[in-house]
Amino acid sequence: MERKPLLEMRKIEKSFGSVKALAGVDLELYPGEILALLGENGSGKSTLMNVLSGLYYPDAGQIFLAGEEIIIREPRDAFAKKIGMIHQHFKLVEVLSAAENIILSDLENGALNRKKIAAEIGALAERYGFDLDPNKKVYNMTVSEKQKVEIIKALYRGAEILILDEPTAVLTPQESARLFAILEKMRDEGKSIIIITHKLDEVMTLSDRVLILRKGARVGCLNTKETNPKALGEALVGRRLNLAIERPEVKTKEDCLFVHNLTCLNQSGREVLKQISFTAAKGEILGIAGVSKSGQKELCEAITGLYPVSGGSILLRQKRGELVVDENLVGMDPREIIRRGISMAFVPEDRLGMGLAPSLDIVDNISLKNYRALPGPFVDRVLPAKMAEDLVQELEIDTPSIRTPIKRLSGGNVQKVLVGREIHSAPELLIVAYPVRGLDINSSLTIYRLLNQQKQAGVAVIFIGEDLDVLMSISDRLLVLADGEQMGLLDPRLYSKEAIGLMMAGKTQLEVDKLIEEDRLADNSEGQNVTYTGANIYSGEAE
Amino acid sequence: MGKNLEQQKLLEQQQSDLGAQPDLRAQDQVNFRRSKPPLIHIVKRDPPSQLKAILVYLAAIFASLLLGALLVWALGHNPFSVYRQIITGSLASATALKETVKMAIPLLICGIAVAIAFKMKFWNIGAEGQILIGGFASMIIPIYLPQLPLLIKLVLMALLAFFFAGLFGLIPAFFKVRWGTNETLFTLMLNYIALQWVRFLQYRKSWQDPGTRFPKIRPLSDAEVLPKLFGVHIGWLFALILVVLAWFYLKRSKHGFEIAIIGDSIQTARYVGMNVPGVILRTIFISAGIAGLVGFFQVAGADSALTDGTAGGVGFTAITVAWLAKLNPFVMVLVSLGLAILQKGSISIQSTMGIPASAANLLSGLILFAVLGSEFFLHYKLHSQKRGPQRFKLGGRSELKAEGEHQPYRKESK
Amino acid sequence: MTLISFINAAVLAGTPLLLATLGEILTEKSGQLNLGVEGMMYMGAVSGLAAAWYTEKLIAPGWPAAFMALIISFIVGSLGALIYAFLTITLRANQNVTGLTLTIFGTGFAKFFGEVLSHKAGGYVTCADPTKAAFAKLDLPYLSSLPIVGKLFFNYNLLVYFAFIVAIVMAVVFYRTRAGLKLRAVGEDPAAADAAGIRVIRSKYLATIIGGGLCGIGGMYMSMVNQKGIWVPECVSGYGWLAVALVIFATWSPLRAIYCAIIFGGLTILSLYLRIPGLDLQLYGMLPFVVTIFVLIFTSIRQAKEHRMPKSCGVNYFREER
Repeated sequence: MERKPLLEMRKIEKSFGSVKALAGVDLELYPGEILALLGENGSGKSTLMNVLSGLYYPDAGQIFLAGEEIIIREPRDAFAKKIGMIHQHFKLVEVLSAAENIILSDLENGALNRKKIAAEIGALAERYGFDLDPNKKVYNMTVSEKQKVEIIKALYRGAEILILDEPTAVLTPQESARLFAILEKMRDEGKSIIIITHKLDEVMTLSDRVLILRKGARVGCLNTKETNPKALGEALVGRRLNLAIERPEVKTKEDCLFVHNLTCLNQSGREVLKQISFTAAKGEILGIAGVSKSGQKELCEAITGLYPVSGGSILLRQKRGELVVDENLVGMDPREIIRRGISMAFVPEDRLGMGLAPSLDIVDNISLKNYRALPGPFVDRVLPAKMAEDLVQELEIDTPSIRTPIKRLSGGNVQKVLVGREIHSAPELLIVAYPVRGLDINSSLTIYRLLNQQKQAGVAVIFIGEDLDVLMSISDRLLVLADGEQMGLLDPRLYSKEAIGLMMAGKTQLEVDKLIEEDRLADNSEGQNVTYTGANIYSGEAE
Repeated sequence: MGKNLEQQKLLEQQQSDLGAQPDLRAQDQVNFRRSKPPLIHIVKRDPPSQLKAILVYLAAIFASLLLGALLVWALGHNPFSVYRQIITGSLASATALKETVKMAIPLLICGIAVAIAFKMKFWNIGAEGQILIGGFASMIIPIYLPQLPLLIKLVLMALLAFFFAGLFGLIPAFFKVRWGTNETLFTLMLNYIALQWVRFLQYRKSWQDPGTRFPKIRPLSDAEVLPKLFGVHIGWLFALILVVLAWFYLKRSKHGFEIAIIGDSIQTARYVGMNVPGVILRTIFISAGIAGLVGFFQVAGADSALTDGTAGGVGFTAITVAWLAKLNPFVMVLVSLGLAILQKGSISIQSTMGIPASAANLLSGLILFAVLGSEFFLHYKLHSQKRGPQRFKLGGRSELKAEGEHQPYRKESK
Repeated sequence: MTLISFINAAVLAGTPLLLATLGEILTEKSGQLNLGVEGMMYMGAVSGLAAAWYTEKLIAPGWPAAFMALIISFIVGSLGALIYAFLTITLRANQNVTGLTLTIFGTGFAKFFGEVLSHKAGGYVTCADPTKAAFAKLDLPYLSSLPIVGKLFFNYNLLVYFAFIVAIVMAVVFYRTRAGLKLRAVGEDPAAADAAGIRVIRSKYLATIIGGGLCGIGGMYMSMVNQKGIWVPECVSGYGWLAVALVIFATWSPLRAIYCAIIFGGLTILSLYLRIPGLDLQLYGMLPFVVTIFVLIFTSIRQAKEHRMPKSCGVNYFREER
């Protein structure tokens, strides 16, 4: 049975300054389906959907709804066409309540009857199985609550086409499963859904069709049933998925960082890190795995003195001439750490917001870390300029000149400057948080190579990543976090991806070990193979 | 509304249950008249070359002068002779030139003062008050220690002006650092507190001018004021030296580097181990202190007295000076001189042609508006519909079919 | 009786402040921090007076002149705000600098045209008595003659009642209508409001322009009521900045603005009624600003999400910013 597409996007183009984000992309969406929009970071998925939701106006191209050309100039137009988008960074007004946020999208401008609205929204929420307090202020909400508000907001306006941008990035697996059940229910009611993701599991579990983008261009569109993760992965990156990340062996390992019972509270007094204990050794890469916002950021920042520590200790073994001292880093700010000559480098997650000064040039950004060390009241720019030249050459940084403001470089080049600078300080401990986020494959490989070089040079490397495959192939040991708690500290060679996935979902290493043991027994007796795939967690029908 | 919504939902559900496409066009009526592409669409652009930027600024200034000319013409004057009179009246004679320079000095020094704070994205709009406090502090010496030798007296006056104004600036900076209190509004309020303080002094017996019954602070005698160089008080030389110093301070010194980083990203500043509160307090102390020196130069140089008009809007105009010069001290020399020419020239058109001198404010307002608006064209470009979204005919695409036929997905059970 | 006459005087002194404050509250609620209040008040002051003067000449003194003063001062104030709105909303110029420039421009505008007008009037401008009477205390039948209550509440000129009504209407719109909710959303988070389909640009323009118009009326009050229809070049003298302070003091609430404006009005005339030994006249003048600073500090320490400046205030919005 051939059906006409509900929505078609044709030859959509969009540039930002000199960067071409979309180079003539086509998309078609059929009624009552879930379309996965798959692509790496920076492949243009979000940009394409922002065009559809009216946030960006395309430079060229057309959009057809039910065969008629439509023009979407602003989000208001998209709403009028019953297109609703749930953005990755929620578009909610913090000081307003859930109900108030939801009715914002209503065209009506009359009196505000809060009671009636709350009742209406309550009914709508109930219908889709959401549990939501309409009067709760958004600033008091958790991320998953905020997401619910966003979805109900779209439904309230009668959205028939629902777009979700990486909805599971901030959710626990359980919350994701619940969300997927809801999405499936909506599809069965005839709504069309586009879900942006870079997770293959999600595509396989949830979607009916999948459209793949790479570098702003469409590379293919497949029926999910007729494909498999491996083929998708290949299409995604444009070559065999095997990235061949090495894990060179280093003979002499020497523990240098001792973290014991580290506990941190956030501003509202919630524990964001609970009793974390681990060591990191020179000549080793310690990977840290976990779904996003499990405490990774706080852990790095606690070690580097940027996040207040409430309990526990962080000892860094330092050589002071003949003496070996364990310096306790708790209570030190970055200034104190640098003043004591503790050699530690940190590549933070938010490069332009924390690691670098975006409107300064490469030279200045390189001198950021050590401008104080040189004598005199003036900043020496001769030495850093030479260093900048070296870095640009060594790491193949693509820039008009070393005097170009950082913010005008592409993501990959920005990251090379940052990683290059940090490595250049010859640290004993190197902490990198999501170093390949938004980078293309080649830049990513450069970063992995640099990390391995550091490890071989006898540096203790802590690597926080989001791609479990990469983490498992590059790390010597893996620390798994879930909601600020330590789930396991393990050798990634001895565990399957599924087992680690379970830990990321909140099962402790002990529990997982037990499950594996039971399976083995069951396997032996019944000959039935049960695997702990991420897919299995999500795929159960909610009903 | 609620009932309607529910009915609508129900209807849609029935429709979709029947397998019919939801009728999207029916609900579209609200919007159908608007489904035209936008006439102009704004997109970001990479910054243009410096030459092009200068041309854009010049075009803006020219446009605003043209607008001013129209206004003058509408009032029945000849725009050419008015503009000529502004130039000759402010530059042609030695006395006029001296007056013009005298007007430019406070604008320049104060422009530098606020630029230092602005570079850090600390919106110090309290220069007006800092000038007054500087003026007040420099008067302490002649009032209480009138017998000191001139040189020591002047140096002490300048130091006190810097120090007191700096402290005055530290108040909002402290609250900003400690609790994130909005500095724009805070510094604004302090302006009026400083103004009232000076008015208060006018009534104090120990500060009053014994020679008059009006509330007036004792003016400085000729033996107490700054020496003159080429007919203008020495402040102009100081201002020029300050321009060079400020340039080095902002562009080359470690302090300037720290200011730039904090202005760019406070997180990065913390990350590299900077004492962020310390740098903010230090910078605002310097910024406010320099503004205080303006007060000193006005009191000990230009006016020979402290009045409630000592600041006279300089603190506000200086903000536009700093902003128009893109915080570059050298460009500020030109901008402050340009504004001073307008002010002095307008005084002369009042006396010679009977056009009110407040034309200066009107005209400088127009120029500032034009320049502020013109910056838009440096950062954005307009996409007109002619060049805008190109159209493609809806036609069959063979590649699509190869990629997977569409099949209905809805579960049979429903 | 002194207390009542003090309150009367405070209300009269506070009314121009209230009008300008309401204008600025409306503007800031849409996320625009317009520091040009002083300039817009000046523009309203001179244009209101000019309108009254010309109407007297062309039509008749009295009510027509007063009416024209109200309308024209509103329009000219809005035009000042329109310049600001175009520069900051459409051309995305820095709000602080543009607002300050508007103050410079508006002050120049008023002094320039004030002087031109004076020339035209042959020396100095003054309105006729019937026009002044239109702005004088209104005798309401029955109500004004009530004991105490009449003196306290029904003893004012028309603009006082107008300002109070505007405040109440504004409060109802902000907190009891969807349009008000949307406006607050725009000021708090324009990106969220935009994504919800609210016309952010249009809301900002509307709020800023109407706000500017209210400031213009506030300025007209200064020239027509306070200066009794005579052009005084310094007639606004800092009241615009006082209004900016009042917005903070009233924590962005139109209803609180009413009593805050009366308190400020009272503070400005307090010295005439109450002498505190040791506190000089000029120090009284500091009080409104000192009090405002305390409010500013207090709200920032308390870290409350409500009662604060709208979050996006002062920051320009561009939808396609990345």
